[in-house]
Amino acid sequence: MKKLLRQSWVGPLVALLVVYLLFVILRPETFARPINLVTMARQTVVVGIAAAGMTMIIISGGIDLSVGSSVALTTVVIARALNAGCGPWTAALAGVLVAALTGLIVGSTISLLRITPFVVTLGAMTILRGAAKGVANEQKIDADPKGLDSLLGVLPHDRSWMIFPPGVWTLVLVAALAACLLRYAKFGRYLFAVGSNERTAQLCGVPVQAVKIGVYTLAGALAGLAGIMEFATLTVGDPTDSIGLELEVIAAAVIGGASLNGGEGSIMGSVIGALLMTVIKTGCTHLGLANWVEEVVTGVIIVVAVALDRLRHRRR
Amino acid sequence: MPTARLVTRDICKAFGPTIALGGVSFSAEPGQVHALIGENGAGKSTLMNVLAGALTADSGELLLDGAPYRPLGPTDARRAGVAMVHQELSLCPHLSVAENVLLGAEPSSFGLLRRAEMHQLTLDALAQVSDPARDTMLRPETRVSDLSPAGQQLVEIARAVSQTSCRVLILDEPTSSLAADDVKKLFTVIRTLREKGLAIIYISHFLEEVQEISDSFTVLRDGKTVGTGPMAGAKISEIVGMMAGREVQELFPRSLRTPGDAVIELEGLDGVEKPIGASLTLRRGEVLGIAGLVGAGRTELVRAIFGLDAVKGGSIKVMGVSGAASPASRFAQGVGLVSEDRKGEGLATALSIADNLTLSKMGGLGPTGLVLPSRQREVSRKWIDRLSIRTSGPDQAVRDLSGGNQQKVAIARLLYHDVDVFLLDEPTRGIDVGSKAQIYDLIDKLAVSGKAVLMVSSYLPELFGVCDRIAVMRRGRLGPARAVRDLTEHSVLMEATGS
Repeated sequence: MKKLLRQSWVGPLVALLVVYLLFVILRPETFARPINLVTMARQTVVVGIAAAGMTMIIISGGIDLSVGSSVALTTVVIARALNAGCGPWTAALAGVLVAALTGLIVGSTISLLRITPFVVTLGAMTILRGAAKGVANEQKIDADPKGLDSLLGVLPHDRSWMIFPPGVWTLVLVAALAACLLRYAKFGRYLFAVGSNERTAQLCGVPVQAVKIGVYTLAGALAGLAGIMEFATLTVGDPTDSIGLELEVIAAAVIGGASLNGGEGSIMGSVIGALLMTVIKTGCTHLGLANWVEEVVTGVIIVVAVALDRLRHRRR
Repeated sequence: MPTARLVTRDICKAFGPTIALGGVSFSAEPGQVHALIGENGAGKSTLMNVLAGALTADSGELLLDGAPYRPLGPTDARRAGVAMVHQELSLCPHLSVAENVLLGAEPSSFGLLRRAEMHQLTLDALAQVSDPARDTMLRPETRVSDLSPAGQQLVEIARAVSQTSCRVLILDEPTSSLAADDVKKLFTVIRTLREKGLAIIYISHFLEEVQEISDSFTVLRDGKTVGTGPMAGAKISEIVGMMAGREVQELFPRSLRTPGDAVIELEGLDGVEKPIGASLTLRRGEVLGIAGLVGAGRTELVRAIFGLDAVKGGSIKVMGVSGAASPASRFAQGVGLVSEDRKGEGLATALSIADNLTLSKMGGLGPTGLVLPSRQREVSRKWIDRLSIRTSGPDQAVRDLSGGNQQKVAIARLLYHDVDVFLLDEPTRGIDVGSKAQIYDLIDKLAVSGKAVLMVSSYLPELFGVCDRIAVMRRGRLGPARAVRDLTEHSVLMEATGS
């Protein structure tokens, strides 16, 4: 029990519950309805899945600013593939492969040319956005989703036992697998080592460059998966979609206790961070507050979360 | 009797339940060097931070020239005349010498720097710590990153004494990263400053040095003063006894060792700049020491052997096999390295003991590709136990350990990996006497059991105590390895300095 309390995500979890309860008290008749939980879970899927990848990158001491562009590119690729006559699975797979490939290229550039991740992914953010617009001929692409929309749609009556739509369960699965990867896989332990002290990792024979390429590729694939979920919501391929998503994803990881210096972070924390932001957004809407209030509150939460985390570290 | 420059009376400081200082009293006289001695964890750093204003004491009294002295922070302390030079240099490498010396005290008018005055003030400060005719590098406009560690240290001291009010100068382990001839230069500087009437508080692990430079001493143990007095007439063995709280018997155990097969053979090895044409044979069952000044290329030599630095020419045979090298392939061949830079390279200090210990060999700690934390802990507990590492457990972060215990973790990594060849680069730098003794004992046991040890050290008594053979490196060139009995500290020093 004591050990559980020491986990870095306990703080964010408490914050999540407090904020949730606050809104429940303020708007018992609308916010407290169970269906609202389902809605909020659905709205967290895209950020949550992308945050799993981002957390791994941040733990390894890197950053990825290209997530939003990558998600937009994926939606475009999926729409194109569907229009070209591909089945839903093939189209989705194509989207993930393209995103993973971009991750591979980004990771290789970072590790082989030794350019800082911030610069490489800043470039990739623009490149992928441009590529998305090019593939889409600078317009939205309408496509028959061929059932992909059910990933995050309202569940039909015969499948209401699932409680949440498949997309939410995908997030749960991704988070569980990623958490296990970080904790029990050699690759995961190497991520912490590289992020904590790259020279030590080098000294111990850790294949540092391969680890970096691997984590950007994996995170790229997860951005692609997030792109599928985004397409499921939009049901169009939109090259101008998800602008600024990367900052939301980074914020989720940071609220969840990830350190931008590397070596620290947890998937559980990042998912909680993503949920926290959705709850604030939804709660503010239910209260009828203007958009700007919600933005200010979210910003304050990000800084307060990190400040509290620092305090926790110092006291130790 | 004149009043003492700085008096501390019954200083106490606790961090939560940990009592760092439990009543420290001593006094430092003007125009004297006062040595502060104690094992790591004895409370020296805490005491220094209290004196330099970085920490506030819970109780006790400080007097500066007879007046109560209660610094509110490091800046306040400096203004009052107490300046500190930290063990880990705290300069801004991208700035010039002048900008560093006057950092926070720049002469300015309406927010604009007065450049000419800065230049002159820096020259004045530098003149106190070096001879401008000989130290051509040490100029106000030089970028600090272009200076050697010794030069950077002089800049730190110049910064401390640049304040005209400077009355007390605290030097924390000033020689830990200096070679022998730089130590001599530093001592000359210290003596000059002493003659100017400064009270100098000198912290060091090197007792021979302390004996040479200081006029009086205070020994701390477990946060308390256990002895104080004039240095003249004090015996090193007595001081060591006070530090450890017991008589230290044999510091350098030496069992009968029999050299076996060659494990590492170097033939005309060239690095990028250093080493130059190094040849050497390391055998099982022996401890081979590499002596030399800092910057002679000793670290570059072991890094080249380990595949961390590029090799430009010559050959390295490990167990008779040559070929491309990387740390991973060296570990696979049974060669391991303990880095001289413990915090920067040797250990990932934010990670746990368990993670650091098992980092080089994660296979075998679970099914293929997996690492079970429970197995990591189990393995770590074994080595924590065997090397008596003082910790709350395998999950404790390495940064929370003392220097000696950190170094034991770095060495435990090689033991756990079960390497045959130990490349130890300054393995006892900055660690307490107790841990040193344990490491010497361990090295002896390794050699007896047929392992090979290549040890780089700047501390000659240690090389002579531990090694079977010693080779001296000078300006990138490695001399022949000779049996310890054919060498004297004097002859090694002559060879290292080329005199």
